[in-house]
Amino acid sequence: MALSKETVRYVADLSRIELRPEELEELSRQLEAILEFIDQLDKADIAGVEPTSHVAGLANVMRDDVPVSSLPVEKTLANAPHKEGGYFVVPKVIE
Amino acid sequence: MEYEPVIGLEVHVQLETRTKVFCGCLTDFGAEPNTQVCPVCLGFPGSLPVLNKTALEYSIKVGLALNCAIQGFTKFDRKHYYYPDLPKNIQISQYDLPIAKDGYLDIGVNGQTKRIGIRRAHLEEDAGKLIHRGNASLVDYNRTGQPLLEIVSEPDISAPEEAYEYLTDLKSVVEYLDVSDCDMEKGSLRCDANISVRPRGTKELGTKSEIKNLNSFKAVRDALQYEINRHLELKAAGEQIVQETRLWDEKETKTLSMRSKEEAKDYRYFPEPDLPPFTIDKSRIGEIRKTIPELPKEKMRRFMKDYGLTLYDARLLVISKNTSLYAEERLKAFPSKDKKPVANWLIGPMAQEANSRNKELADIPVSPAALNEIIGLVESGQISNLAAKTVLTEMIDSGKNAGTIVREKNLVQISDESALATEMEAVIKENPKVVGDFKAGKENSIMFLVGQVMKRTKGKANPKIVRDMLKRRLTDA
Ligand SMILES: [Zn+2]
Repeated sequence: MALSKETVRYVADLSRIELRPEELEELSRQLEAILEFIDQLDKADIAGVEPTSHVAGLANVMRDDVPVSSLPVEKTLANAPHKEGGYFVVPKVIE
Repeated sequence: MEYEPVIGLEVHVQLETRTKVFCGCLTDFGAEPNTQVCPVCLGFPGSLPVLNKTALEYSIKVGLALNCAIQGFTKFDRKHYYYPDLPKNIQISQYDLPIAKDGYLDIGVNGQTKRIGIRRAHLEEDAGKLIHRGNASLVDYNRTGQPLLEIVSEPDISAPEEAYEYLTDLKSVVEYLDVSDCDMEKGSLRCDANISVRPRGTKELGTKSEIKNLNSFKAVRDALQYEINRHLELKAAGEQIVQETRLWDEKETKTLSMRSKEEAKDYRYFPEPDLPPFTIDKSRIGEIRKTIPELPKEKMRRFMKDYGLTLYDARLLVISKNTSLYAEERLKAFPSKDKKPVANWLIGPMAQEANSRNKELADIPVSPAALNEIIGLVESGQISNLAAKTVLTEMIDSGKNAGTIVREKNLVQISDESALATEMEAVIKENPKVVGDFKAGKENSIMFLVGQVMKRTKGKANPKIVRDMLKRRLTDA
């Protein structure tokens, strides 16, 4: 499947990733190879096969509504580059 | 050309579980920032979400109350978007197999019942909270992972007023189920609205706008009306309507364009690999169905049947579970078969007291016996309606009983004609024009004169007696 640079740029944009031109080249090539590999799945005969939503074969794994301790706030914020008064601080974003 | 609005609503209800939907963090409102988070809700590598059983049961309960089909097989999916309120960059939601689908809610429109379809109700996790300040945004992830049930209506709503009714009734149903406090101020109930217009009688939908930032039912109604007018003006001017998301500006009372929303396909949904699917069997659904209490509509019909209330009165008294319990206790305790006086008191003076005190009706401390006492005093002619309201206010403030208040405030109604004659004559003398009007045939002007006598007697005169006296006096003369 051919993958246009526009598509790669678009996906990068959705993921809020900035790509340099040479990265765009390289990633387009790599993604294309990945998609080609995945395209092999199209050759499988899946007539009469139910869609799979999970591979582990488990179902109905649930927990009771019982509290478990949360993280101490120092630990939660330990790796945050910017923090203040218990908050994570990020550049201002308004949709 | 005549156009009709087409409206669909998406309502998010925060389910009142003790812990989050996929981890054991508490869901307490107002906790210090980032104190109710853990590796699961923060999306740390290696952590594994596990579904909260109660959240699933609550979702099924709401689905059943909204007449939905509950899916025998349901699963979760990842919805991708990148925004700082979402620590995982994915939201666990449901795409093609929501817990509940194809339901309806019957609402009242101009005395008629209208059925609004419910397309689906699915369970998902809430996002965090951002506080914008200067060039920075502060992020609190306590709300991240709290269970949200998204209830999506069919575009069956055709007026802002209907949207208001739908929301009021939906809130009422969910509240009766005890699964959410439905407090819009706390964000436990949120609503987005989709609106388009089309030529009346046609089937095809017009280009829609989605309105966000609707913080009250009134805001929903006002924003929809604004948006309908905007669409109609664009149509009239021959301009194109752009599909977009718009924000309601409460202060300016208008909608403003947001950057155009990513298309649905851009959310790149796929099955959540961390959560195996769920089967919900018929017997479990039956058990949950048994926990559904009498719902507002049924209760309303019963109030009309059992207590002879009008549709209007019954509807107001079942609006919330607490109100309905409070009302029923008092309706039952009233000794007469005709319950109208109780309904009048609950909807009138007592609701006003609640309002002015910023409380709910159910928080007004007037026992069934105390209410019966006030009504009894009015019905026996011992106090006027006006004085009865004073008694009510005083009773709520001081907790004293009605008899004591009437004595202490000297509120006993004056029904003795001789005691009222002086005041009546004074009023007649002071208002020759009104007296003239009455004599000239304007019968209603007598009410003004009655009012004046009431005023002079500080509300103690018996208005019925005063009216009779005035009538005789002015007709004879
Ligand atoms: Zn957690």
